[in-house]
Amino acid sequence: MSSASHNGPSPFNNPVIKWIDTRLPIFSYIEKEYHTFPTPRNFNYFWNFGAISMIMLVTMIVTGIVLAMHYTPHVDYAFNSVERIMRDVNYGWMLRYLHMNGASFFFIAVYVHIFRGLYYGSYKQPRELLWILGVVILLLMMATAFMGYVLPWGQMSFWGATVITNLFSAIPFVGESIVTWLWGGFAVDNPTLNRFFALHYLLPFVIVGVVGLHVVALHVVGSNNPTGIEPKGPRDTLPFHPYYTMKDGFGLTVFLLFYLGFTFFAPNFFGEVDNYVQANPLVTPEHIVPEWYFLPFYAILRAVPDKLLGVLAMFGAIAVLFILPWLDRSKVRSATFRPIYKVFFWVFALDCLILGWLGANPAEGAFIWMSRIATAYYFFHFVVLLPLLSKIETPSPLPASIADAVLSKNKAAPVAAE
Amino acid sequence: MASPKSSPADAAALHGPEVTRRDFLFVATGAVAAVGAAAAVWPFVHQMNPAADVLALSSIEVNLSAVEVGQAITVKWRGKPVFIRRRTPAEIEAAREAPLGELPDPQADKDRVKDGKAEWLILVGVCTHLGCIPLGQKPGDQRGDFGGWFCPCHGSHYDTSGRIRKGPAPRNLVVPEYSFVSDTLVRVG
Repeated sequence: MSSASHNGPSPFNNPVIKWIDTRLPIFSYIEKEYHTFPTPRNFNYFWNFGAISMIMLVTMIVTGIVLAMHYTPHVDYAFNSVERIMRDVNYGWMLRYLHMNGASFFFIAVYVHIFRGLYYGSYKQPRELLWILGVVILLLMMATAFMGYVLPWGQMSFWGATVITNLFSAIPFVGESIVTWLWGGFAVDNPTLNRFFALHYLLPFVIVGVVGLHVVALHVVGSNNPTGIEPKGPRDTLPFHPYYTMKDGFGLTVFLLFYLGFTFFAPNFFGEVDNYVQANPLVTPEHIVPEWYFLPFYAILRAVPDKLLGVLAMFGAIAVLFILPWLDRSKVRSATFRPIYKVFFWVFALDCLILGWLGANPAEGAFIWMSRIATAYYFFHFVVLLPLLSKIETPSPLPASIADAVLSKNKAAPVAAE
Repeated sequence: MASPKSSPADAAALHGPEVTRRDFLFVATGAVAAVGAAAAVWPFVHQMNPAADVLALSSIEVNLSAVEVGQAITVKWRGKPVFIRRRTPAEIEAAREAPLGELPDPQADKDRVKDGKAEWLILVGVCTHLGCIPLGQKPGDQRGDFGGWFCPCHGSHYDTSGRIRKGPAPRNLVVPEYSFVSDTLVRVG
């Protein structure tokens, strides 16, 4: 329950808090940004996933630091040190499974967060930079997850590392030198494992920094909302606390049920059995697949018959997100009021799922052609469809305000006592 | 609240100080969350305690058949030195005759050895002051004023029973848990 002491212009009665706050306004900051912060009153549960992602980031850092206390980044010891964590370290099995499944659920939360932004046009003016910072976070997450997957030094770790680092050999002229530089040798080996461990420990803190910028940018421009129209006054907003702390708390609890459900009852559901076989530089497993969260991009890589173009297409699939705010020129943000975009949004989402499914299948026969079609559609959506729709689509009429939109849905609800 | 809107939170301010069902739910939820958080913290603390493989190596067996009277050996147990000294009759006599009332940490010599095995003194070789390893195991070592061990770090003197006699250490050298498997084999830990 928020106390009455938070009323009025000088919100702090406690002399210690007041003393600190006049010198370093952290309490004013928290009060302003997480308590009274005016937040659109019409969030749906998709707006939980930013907070959920933040909690997952913290979970990954905490479990990761603890795992690093027991892990040995050396080719002769890495695999066994992970097995020791599983068998001998107190609660080691739980900490590792939390970290393993945490990666998957971090990506689940972030992907939902991203598709939420795509559907409701959260990347549009004035939130372009907010969106771009988000794409930077996604890239950092991918690098971190990839390097983390190498650390257990199983077969998938080793061959995943080999394949992904070899992507850079596609660069003309200097490719081979770059790959040798990445490896610190002539193959993925101990120097590679050592530097991946160092970077895997570093990058999450870089992510924390960029998340900080992401949040600052968010609090400058304010949250988007399901109508995509800006709040016009106090009728349209609610204080962040207690309304959205409670809503985020509830959504988080439900999310954690799924995360912990997998952690405790199906901990290897997202994993590959081959990674419980120690890395062997002389034998490649029959079927190499990356972790599920990379599958759509892996499918794009394999769809293109040329090595360099394949790599470019894969990185381009993410790079295109950076310029999304300028590809979609429609003034209307939310797909709710964009009848054609709404359809193509779901087609695009389906295309991403199909790409993921194709990425999990071997690159042969019909899968190759399906991958090519799905890849072409992925880029078609961004580069052709979105600019075109901005011109030809007639949006449906927007509500006058957020409050109007909410009330027209439920006429019985009072607009709150004002 | 800075907002003029009514909210469940400041409903309390409207209906006065009486305790409502909402207050109960709020406190109950908070209590469950606090217990859950505490339970979740425990694995993160406990992981730093000795792991199963460390505990499995926590006892060792030492063969004493090669140790002559007056000799001492040092073995590693749980990462620390363990002093095993086969005492001479004179050393045993000196240990027994020490006036208990004058000891900083009084303990009779018979309570620091096994019955009938008074010549075997087994100690954790870590000074109880700040953890240095006292001298006195090797023949040429300084053994302090009482013929036992001398800690070079801050000058603690231990007697032939490993008891502190002089210097800053607060307690006697620790006697580890051990038992004789046979006359020449001892199991420490």
